[in-house]
Amino acid sequence: MLELVTVSLLNGVVYGLLLFMLSSGLTLIFSMMGVLNFAHASLFMLGAYLSFQFGRWVGFWPALVVAPLVCGVVGAAIERYGLSRVHARGHVAEILFTFGLAYLIEELVTMVWGRNAVANAVPAVIDFPLFHVFGSTFPAYKGLMMLISLAMFAFLYLALKKTRIGLVIQAALTHPKMLSALGHDVPGVFVLVFAVGSALAGLAGVIGGFMLLTQPTLAHAIGPIVFVVVVVGGLGSLSGALIASMLIGILQTFAVAVDYSLLDLFRALGVIVSRGSPVYELLAIKLATAAPIVPYLLLVLMLIVRPRGLLGTRDV
Amino acid sequence: MSGATAAGEHGARSAVPGRRTWRLLAAVALLVALPYLPGFQSDFGRSLLTQMAIAAVFALSFNLLFGQTGLLSFGHAVYFGLGGYAAIGLMRAINHGLPLPMLAVPLAGAAGGLLAGAVFGAVTTRRAGTIFALISLGVGELVYAATFMLPGIFGGEEGITASRTRATVDFGFPLGSQLQVYYAVLLWTVAAALAMYAFTRTPAGRMCNAVRDNPERAEFIGYNTQRVRFIAFAMAGLFAGLAGGLHAINYEIVSADAVSAQRSGTVLIMAYIGGAAYFIGPILGAIVITWLQSSLSDYTSAWLLYLGVFFIVMILYAPSGLAGLIVMHRRVARPRALAGVLAAYGIALVPLALMAGGAILAIEMGYRLSTQPELGTRMRLLWMPLDAASPSPWIVAAVALVGGLLLFRAVVPVVASAWERAAARA
Repeated sequence: MLELVTVSLLNGVVYGLLLFMLSSGLTLIFSMMGVLNFAHASLFMLGAYLSFQFGRWVGFWPALVVAPLVCGVVGAAIERYGLSRVHARGHVAEILFTFGLAYLIEELVTMVWGRNAVANAVPAVIDFPLFHVFGSTFPAYKGLMMLISLAMFAFLYLALKKTRIGLVIQAALTHPKMLSALGHDVPGVFVLVFAVGSALAGLAGVIGGFMLLTQPTLAHAIGPIVFVVVVVGGLGSLSGALIASMLIGILQTFAVAVDYSLLDLFRALGVIVSRGSPVYELLAIKLATAAPIVPYLLLVLMLIVRPRGLLGTRDV
Repeated sequence: MSGATAAGEHGARSAVPGRRTWRLLAAVALLVALPYLPGFQSDFGRSLLTQMAIAAVFALSFNLLFGQTGLLSFGHAVYFGLGGYAAIGLMRAINHGLPLPMLAVPLAGAAGGLLAGAVFGAVTTRRAGTIFALISLGVGELVYAATFMLPGIFGGEEGITASRTRATVDFGFPLGSQLQVYYAVLLWTVAAALAMYAFTRTPAGRMCNAVRDNPERAEFIGYNTQRVRFIAFAMAGLFAGLAGGLHAINYEIVSADAVSAQRSGTVLIMAYIGGAAYFIGPILGAIVITWLQSSLSDYTSAWLLYLGVFFIVMILYAPSGLAGLIVMHRRVARPRALAGVLAAYGIALVPLALMAGGAILAIEMGYRLSTQPELGTRMRLLWMPLDAASPSPWIVAAVALVGGLLLFRAVVPVVASAWERAAARA
């Protein structure tokens, strides 16, 4: 039992920090621009492919720097030449634009790298056991991922709360006219924010690429869960996103490990549900099978109980 | 989405009372004659028409939310699919001897869609805007995952099948051939489109527009905005379920892809490209996208990329959709005024074709190299044989793309001034 709890907890924290990596850039863009970027997971996927490609050409460590930078440039171009045109038409138009972009990036990635998964293996330099828990090894790349994830949190937190540019960025959403009257380049600020958010997605992609499968459907597999993290944490709250990612990571990992259904619970309580009962099939689902829907159940539950999310400060 | 029913309002007030009715009858007559017109006489053509009609109902139901009430849903296929499952359930019951005609099956779809819409709508319509969009996405993923977890109800990966021909009663209207299916679907499509149009004209439909445009003011007048959104949501669920029921009749199978995020995305694109601000818009979008889906996908495996580009271009440059473009040109539709505009379009067409040609060349070669390497690098684009591994076609593509883009930028002012002159004359 202790073994199960320890290993599941560790895996849950690893998965949670991976989710936070993914959602940090999204949270940044949402909280500073009010734009819900549906193409965020696509930029993450682009980062994974770019790191695979650069990793082949120049090795892992340079790729870790170059791939996010390229994603940042792509993000800046998206904001400068596309998104900035639709800001005036409101948030729904922005969402639609990024939704279309997600289609486009998925197909462009297919065009360059094909429909099948590329052989994006864990780089040899970070593929060694860091320590052992109950006989299973904890690889170094997971440690690196956790480190980068926490560094992202620290960077965003300090940059936004403690620096001058952070204050300017925060003001750009709420008081754009005042800010430009004071001589700041508001569209430039938006380009910067979108570029940094995209670069964070790319950085997450470098690490997430070999932990998950690098294929064109990656963005769609991961995108909805990232949105759940952001909603449950409270739209635009960085600390909320961290807590929500850990919560979802741990919940889902434990759910996978539990091989019982509601039927077993009822049986333990002395209630026998007959096989012919209309709810039998619903109750017979094992928690392990239901693990994929845990985040979405949490989302719906959160909406009923506390619509603004864990640490959300405003309704959207 | 302001000015939602501008076209409708104009017609209702200015036209002679009987004119709209005549136009409607003419449209229905055309739809009835369509499967006998050249190009549609094959089963393939009739199947395409059927798919267009189903897509039109689905896109119209989506637009009750999006265009009319301002709710952007990323999970509308949930109601289409659940309606489809309800309908296929009734079809199976009819197969086993239930004395109902197959023609009534879409009603079960509508009931299923309404039920699902009422259940999920109670939770999801608490919020509008961004949050609503996210929740609809979450509900979509939830239902999609659930269809795999409850194979006894949803049939798992294979889905649920039934026969549309095995029925004890048919009132002289059997559903066997594709032609018979087309007429059955057409009947329901016309009825559903009229019902949805009627809904937009009721006080409830008008309140939907009010809640879309100014929820705060609607609250002050004394309306509960959540309740209005809920009504719109349930109605949209009903008609989406009806479309799902038609889908069940047409394909005789309903599987998890009926509730998938991809179907939700497609209906969104249909409604937007067609023009969400006009009632007729989603129908146009459904026809165009369904046609592209079936014809373009025969020629190229990159058709989703072309669809994505089309969608993005519409968002950036024509947010009012195809219907909006048509209305825009109707304003200058005087022979003399329009001539100048058309001439300018003719000039703009040259760089546009150059640009598109370059892009298509590059895209097709890229797809060949990465997704079909087993076919080799020698390929044929239209009539031109070329080798995707040699640099020359890539250079041609790049020159055409960049040159076309530069030329197009030079031509834009010409088109703009032609428009100004036309607007001044009209």
